[in-house]
Amino acid sequence: MGSNMAENHPVGFQWVVEARERGAQVIHVDPRFTRTSAMATRWVGIRAGSDIAFLGGIVNYVIEHERWFHDYVVEYTNAPVIVNEEFADTEDLDGLFSGWDPRSGKYDSSSWQYAGMDVHGAAGRREKGFAPKGEQSGHGGHGSALSQGEPPEEDPSLTHPRCVFQILRRHFARYTPEFVADACGCSVEQFVAVAEALCENSGRERTSAFVYSVGWTQHSVGVQYIRTAAIVQLLLGNVGRPGGGVMALRGHASIQGSTDIPTLYNILPGYLTMPHVGAYDDLASYVEANRSPAGWWGNFGAYAVSLLKASWGEKATPENDFCFGYLPRIDEDNSIYRCVLDMLDGKVEGFVVVGENPAVGSAHAKLHRLALAKLRWLVVRDLVEIESASFWKDGPEIETGELRTEEIPTEVFFLPASSHVEKEGSFTNTQRLLQWHERAVEPKGDCRSELWFYYHLGRIVREKLAARAEERDRPVLDLTWDYPTHGEHEEPSAEAVLAEISGFDAEGNAISGYRELRDDGSTSCGCWIYSGVFAGGENRAARRTPHWEQDSYAAPEWAWAWPANRRLLYNRASADPDGRPWSERKRYVWWDEEARRWTGTDVPDFDEDKPPDYRPSRRDRGPDAIAGNHPFVMQADGRGWIYVPHGLEDGPLPTHYEPHESPLPNALYPQRANPRRQRFERPENPSNPSGAEPGAGVYPFVVTTYRLTEHHTAGGMSRTVPYLTELQPELFVEVHPELAELRGLHHGGWATIVTSRAAIEARVLVTDRIKPLRVQGRRVHQVGLPYHWGTRGLTVGGSANDLAAIVLDPNVHIQEVKAFTCDIRAGRRPRGPALVELVDRLRARALAEDDGRTAAAQEPAGERAT
Amino acid sequence: MSLRSSLGSWPLVRQLREGDPLGLGRSVRSRRSEALRARIDEADAVVGSICPYCAVGCGQLVYVKGGEVTQIEGDPRSPISRGRLCPKGAASRGYVTSPLREYRVKYRRPYGTDWEELPLEQAMETIADRIVETRARTWQETDAGGDATRRTLGIASLGGATLDNEENYLIKKLLTALGVVQIENQARI
Repeated sequence: MGSNMAENHPVGFQWVVEARERGAQVIHVDPRFTRTSAMATRWVGIRAGSDIAFLGGIVNYVIEHERWFHDYVVEYTNAPVIVNEEFADTEDLDGLFSGWDPRSGKYDSSSWQYAGMDVHGAAGRREKGFAPKGEQSGHGGHGSALSQGEPPEEDPSLTHPRCVFQILRRHFARYTPEFVADACGCSVEQFVAVAEALCENSGRERTSAFVYSVGWTQHSVGVQYIRTAAIVQLLLGNVGRPGGGVMALRGHASIQGSTDIPTLYNILPGYLTMPHVGAYDDLASYVEANRSPAGWWGNFGAYAVSLLKASWGEKATPENDFCFGYLPRIDEDNSIYRCVLDMLDGKVEGFVVVGENPAVGSAHAKLHRLALAKLRWLVVRDLVEIESASFWKDGPEIETGELRTEEIPTEVFFLPASSHVEKEGSFTNTQRLLQWHERAVEPKGDCRSELWFYYHLGRIVREKLAARAEERDRPVLDLTWDYPTHGEHEEPSAEAVLAEISGFDAEGNAISGYRELRDDGSTSCGCWIYSGVFAGGENRAARRTPHWEQDSYAAPEWAWAWPANRRLLYNRASADPDGRPWSERKRYVWWDEEARRWTGTDVPDFDEDKPPDYRPSRRDRGPDAIAGNHPFVMQADGRGWIYVPHGLEDGPLPTHYEPHESPLPNALYPQRANPRRQRFERPENPSNPSGAEPGAGVYPFVVTTYRLTEHHTAGGMSRTVPYLTELQPELFVEVHPELAELRGLHHGGWATIVTSRAAIEARVLVTDRIKPLRVQGRRVHQVGLPYHWGTRGLTVGGSANDLAAIVLDPNVHIQEVKAFTCDIRAGRRPRGPALVELVDRLRARALAEDDGRTAAAQEPAGERAT
Repeated sequence: MSLRSSLGSWPLVRQLREGDPLGLGRSVRSRRSEALRARIDEADAVVGSICPYCAVGCGQLVYVKGGEVTQIEGDPRSPISRGRLCPKGAASRGYVTSPLREYRVKYRRPYGTDWEELPLEQAMETIADRIVETRARTWQETDAGGDATRRTLGIASLGGATLDNEENYLIKKLLTALGVVQIENQARI
């Protein structure tokens, strides 16, 4: 679901096809019939933006038909835990959870806690509003208010009315097959067949897996999409076991790596919290607030101090808090969308863009281009002159007259970059494998790697600052920045950087892994989850033992997986509470009673000598506080979280909300969309009216964006490649024959797609691959648009992202571009200023239909406040 | 050429005689095709690499001759891809040798109407100057309430998902030390 794996991850999909050939069922639930659907055993077409209704229906089906994996659920998940009596569900409060503050538009999550917890002990931190969230909460464990590993109150019979299991049952009780069919636009039979197939293929003998991509993440409630799948998988016992899991197929070669070693504002390497303004007085309070009493986040201090030592080396001492004060402080949101709006307001002077193309790839791309035109200076590094570098002379706004080249103050530096074959380094793939690529040829001309650019930039900046250093320059000047270089371009050594990431002990020897890290300054490590990739001084990411020379199908001698070369996380769950495989068929990691240690196909994700019957005392902390029968070692309670008491902005359980823009009201609640979704109410970022709001009929169709096999994201790596542009030469829009007739569209002809933000044109592809659906008694049409095109390259065309508004998931600030609304009309778009007039005309019509009533008045208080 | 050998060279006859009814084997070879050599046979070097597109991480073998990339193919040793590449991965020689690739720094001055040339070294010096100036101008030691911020909101950085781990590490390390907090990449989209 939420993925078109056959087209966007084709080589990974070979394994799916192979499994199908061996008898596995492959089910594709998606708004479009794609090549993935064609290769699946079964395809179910649903409305874009309705996946939580579908998955919630599965939760309800599993519970109502008593199909959950009982022993797994009771022992390995938080289903038995009793929740605070102050907690109230969306079913009680018309679509809001308890703790909603209409003035701030946010939740206070203290009522979501487990019962009997010292919530007030942790509240001091939360009062400042900086509880770790999103990526900051890592894998959900640290920062939890648990005072020790075991939740205070549990009911293993799962019958207590306030236990997680019963709360879950009530929460999803209305997600019946009939509701699912009505909300998603599929049939009851189609839904039941999927739910039944999942139940039949789960348990001791069998496992099922979910695969998703940005079809799930790019929603205003995206995190909760994935949460719902996690609940299904925990109920069915499909996590930590071979053939199970909820697998994210990520879209860039090292997007996983750039999250682990984050070029992201809110985390430091290894998912350590970036400190907020006013949140911490010193290192001790930072560690205390982020350390978990139990589990591997209990060693937060060792990870944080080792990171500070990697940055500031000998300058970082116990006396100066290891230079903790050198870290800049963040606000609640310094994400790119917030930042681009500040850019538009002239608050950002300089912008460095490396290997990304926001002028095409970001939601409301037009707004990003307008923001680029407000900068003082811009650096773009790429292989080709992308739209983000050339907006000032050939962007769409030059054509419409909204921007004039000679009036744009931005100083632009375009620096050509090296490709992957002109430099060496590691990518982290979607299954956490660090894979090294070697340099094949020297870069030509001025082409250089980012490693070269940042190393020498840092060197030059340090030289300039050293001349008349001020106090604020100490963090830069004290930085360890002495990497060996080689060759005529003085290229820094990527292996030296990887060795720093992996870590050293006090003697400068490579450490073997994160267990060796200490909080006393005796170890340094640039990213604790990557520690050991350079163990013994060997670059393990560069291992290339052929798969046919390896005994295990886990192939541990090919590259290196974080952490500790484990290929399957939480794999202790592949054994039963007593440490025996759940079944011979699904044997993976188990307790060897004779050897008194865990063993198996993979590196065990558990203390190797902790027996299944180990029980911690109340004094135990960190990993020692996790019992021998609790596999989820990153969680403070060692359980898989069906219910999330801490760390999410928009609720402890997923709830079906309509997308920010949708032609329909919410069939469950008067609260139409996610109340906590992040909106930016500005004239430059208007929204289409939705649901029952007047004017919604002006934009009556659901639009979803997607990728093609032959192109890559914003096109900089594919619209420039001759073969690929030949294979996919032009932007097109997928419409059903019925919609084509309704709007007078002809196959192969032109259509113009319009929203409140922009209008673009595309060739019409009339196809029954994208079906109209019957939803809430109405016929709903969907429109599909690939988003790869822009104004430059061997093939050019409109950018689908111009059409979307900036509206974000509140946990991770990801934009909703997989479900919004539009109008579509026959013919090409107007040229020049007339294009803007068309967009304005439709928007004026929508506003006129408003008839004096504001859209906000149609929605409950919560909607207005955000 | 005798009639017999002429007839015998007919593809249909050869298919039947050589038991190759689908015409996928020896029967489709000719004297010319026998003499053809694969580009990769003449490579000076073969280098192990990883596909730069999606996150599946297929193994690639890069063939080099005379300092130029002559071919990029799948690496059969990889347990992930077993030698296979998708259309993008298979076209990645076209990506590294694209006719649109830029090899020189380009500079657009404020309000300028066209690109100008700029030596790389001068570009690096000027960018460093811009960072130092903007940082000094927009430095925020504390917020209005007196809490430490030690940062600049005047500079932002975008991109990372197409880069190496080591590159992301240096970006984060340097910019954090400079007090730049608006560091973002494609994981946000």
